[in-house]
Amino acid sequence: MIDALPLSVTLPLLGAFAVTVWPAHARALGLLAAVLTAASALTVTAAVWTEGVLRADLGGWGAPLGIALEADGLSAAFLSMANTVALAISVYAGGYFKRESARHFWPLWLLLWSALNGLFLAADLFNLYVTLELLGLSAAALGALTGTREAVAANLRYLLVGLLGSMSYLLGVALVYTAYGVLDIGLVAEAIEPGPVAWTAMTLMISGLILKAALFPMHFWLPPAHANAPAPVSAALSALVVKAAFYLVLRLWLDVFAPVLNEAAANLLGILGAAAVVWGSWRALRAERLKLLAAYSTVAQMGYLFIAFPLLAATPPGLARDNLLAAVVLLALTHGFAKAGFFLAAGMVQKTAGHDRIDELGGAAQALPAATFAIGLAGVALIGLPPSGTFLAKWMMLEQAMILGLWWWLVVMMIGTLLAAAYIFRVLSRAFNREPTPYRFVNDARTELPALLLGLIATFGLGIAAQPLWALLEQGAFG
Amino acid sequence: MTNQVLFAQLLYGGSGILLILLGLWSFLVHAPLLRKLIAINVMGAGVFHILVAIAYRGIETPPDPVPHALVLTGIVVAVSATALALAFGKRLDQDADPG
Repeated sequence: MIDALPLSVTLPLLGAFAVTVWPAHARALGLLAAVLTAASALTVTAAVWTEGVLRADLGGWGAPLGIALEADGLSAAFLSMANTVALAISVYAGGYFKRESARHFWPLWLLLWSALNGLFLAADLFNLYVTLELLGLSAAALGALTGTREAVAANLRYLLVGLLGSMSYLLGVALVYTAYGVLDIGLVAEAIEPGPVAWTAMTLMISGLILKAALFPMHFWLPPAHANAPAPVSAALSALVVKAAFYLVLRLWLDVFAPVLNEAAANLLGILGAAAVVWGSWRALRAERLKLLAAYSTVAQMGYLFIAFPLLAATPPGLARDNLLAAVVLLALTHGFAKAGFFLAAGMVQKTAGHDRIDELGGAAQALPAATFAIGLAGVALIGLPPSGTFLAKWMMLEQAMILGLWWWLVVMMIGTLLAAAYIFRVLSRAFNREPTPYRFVNDARTELPALLLGLIATFGLGIAAQPLWALLEQGAFG
Repeated sequence: MTNQVLFAQLLYGGSGILLILLGLWSFLVHAPLLRKLIAINVMGAGVFHILVAIAYRGIETPPDPVPHALVLTGIVVAVSATALALAFGKRLDQDADPG
C-alpha cells in the first residue's frame, strides 16, 4: 500500500515523458497515464481510510535529511478530489484538443498533475516549494496554450506574480531552517515556538501562498489568466491549482504554525475573504463572458474558504472545531467538482456557439441540453442549494458563526449566496431563451459527460454522501 | 571564531536582505517585463545569499550541506522560470511587431 504514495507522483511524470517521446500517440498515452494516476491516488485515499496515516521515506533516508511523502486524512481528501476532477478533465481534453495542440497539452498537463499530487503528499517544507514552482510553471505554460496575445500576457503576469509568491514562501522556509534546523513538517511543528522569528516566517509563507490562492486584493491576475485559457485548462486552474495553494495555507495553519497563531492574523484572512466574496460575486454578476463569470466566481468561492480561518481560530478544540474543519474541506472539494464541471460545460458552449457572450447564448439549452444541465448542476453547488456539499458546508459555517456570536461573517455569506444565485440564474435565463425543438440530450459524449458527472458529484455525491469525509478526516486531520 | 562566523553571517545575510528589498521595490515600481524579470532574479539571489549565510559554520567546520542543496535546487527552478517568462515575452514582442 505504501508504494501507491510515490506512484501517484511518478506515474504522471513517466506519462509526461512518454507523451514527449511519442507525440504521435499523445492522446492514448496521456489517457492511459491519467487512468493509472487516478487509480493510484484513489488507492492512497482508500489506504488512508482503512489504515490511517501513510508515510514513505523515499530512498530509505530518514526524516531530517531524506525526502518523505505523507498522506493523512486532509491530504487524502484533497488528493481524491483533485484526481477525480483531473481524470474527468483528461477525458474531456481527449475530445477537445485536436492533433497539434494535443501534443503541447498532454506533457504539460501530466507535469502539472504530478506537481499537484506531490504538493498534496509532500511532508517537507522545501519540497513543497519545489512542487509549488513546478505547479506554477506548468500552469502558466498551459494557460498560454492558445497563443493569443491576451492569453500570453495574462499568463506572463500570472507567472511573475507566482514567482513573487514563491520567493516569499522560500524566504519563510529559510527562516524556519535558521531557527530550528529542520524542514520536515512534523519536526518543525514539534520545535516551533511563538516569537518574532516564527511569526515572520509564518507571515512570509502565508502571504506568498495567498498571492497564489488569489485572495482579494491579490486576485487581479486570476480572471484574465483563467478566462483566456482553453476550457480544460481553465477547469484545472480554477478547480485545482488555486485550491492547492489554499490546501497549503490550511496545512501550515493547522500543523506547523498552530502555536504561533493569533486572532489578528485569522481575522485579517477572514476580512480579505469576505471582501473577496462580495467583490468576486459582484464582478461575476457584471461579467459579459461566461468564462470570465466563472473566473470571478472562483475569486468569490476562495473567499468563503478564508472566512473559515477566524471561525476556526475562535472555536475551542473539540467536536465543533472538527466539524467546522470538515465543513471547510467539504466546501473546497465541492467547489473543485462544481467549478471544473462549469468550465468544461462552458467550453462546450463556447465551442458550439463560437463565442461565450452571456447575452447571446439564447437557445443553448436546446442545442446543448447536457452541457446546460451541467452548468445548472454546478450552479446549484456554487450557490449552495441543497443537496449540494456547499449547502451542508455553508450551513455548518453559518451555525458556528451564530454560536460564536460573530454574526458579520453570516451577513457576508448571505450576500455572497444571493449574488451567486443572481449570476447563475442570469446565465440560465439566457440559455433557456427561445429557439424550438430539443434534438438530442448529449451531443458529444466525450466532452459533455465528464462535465455532467462533475456537476452530479458536486450536487448529489458530496451533499448526500458527506459522512465518509468525516471518517477520512479522522485519520490525523482532526485534533 | 564565533565572532568571525557571526560577522560573515551578518554580512551575507544583510546583503541578502538588501538584495531582496531592492528586487521587491523594482518589481513593484517598474512596468517593463524585462525589468520585472531581473527584479525577481535579484530577489532570488538575495534569498540564496541568506541560505548560504545560514550554512556557514566557520573556517574549520564544513558548511551545512542542506541549505546548499536548497540553493542549487532554487537556482535550477529560477533558471527554468526565467526561460519560460522570456519565451512569453518574446511571443508578445513578435505579436506587437508583425513581420
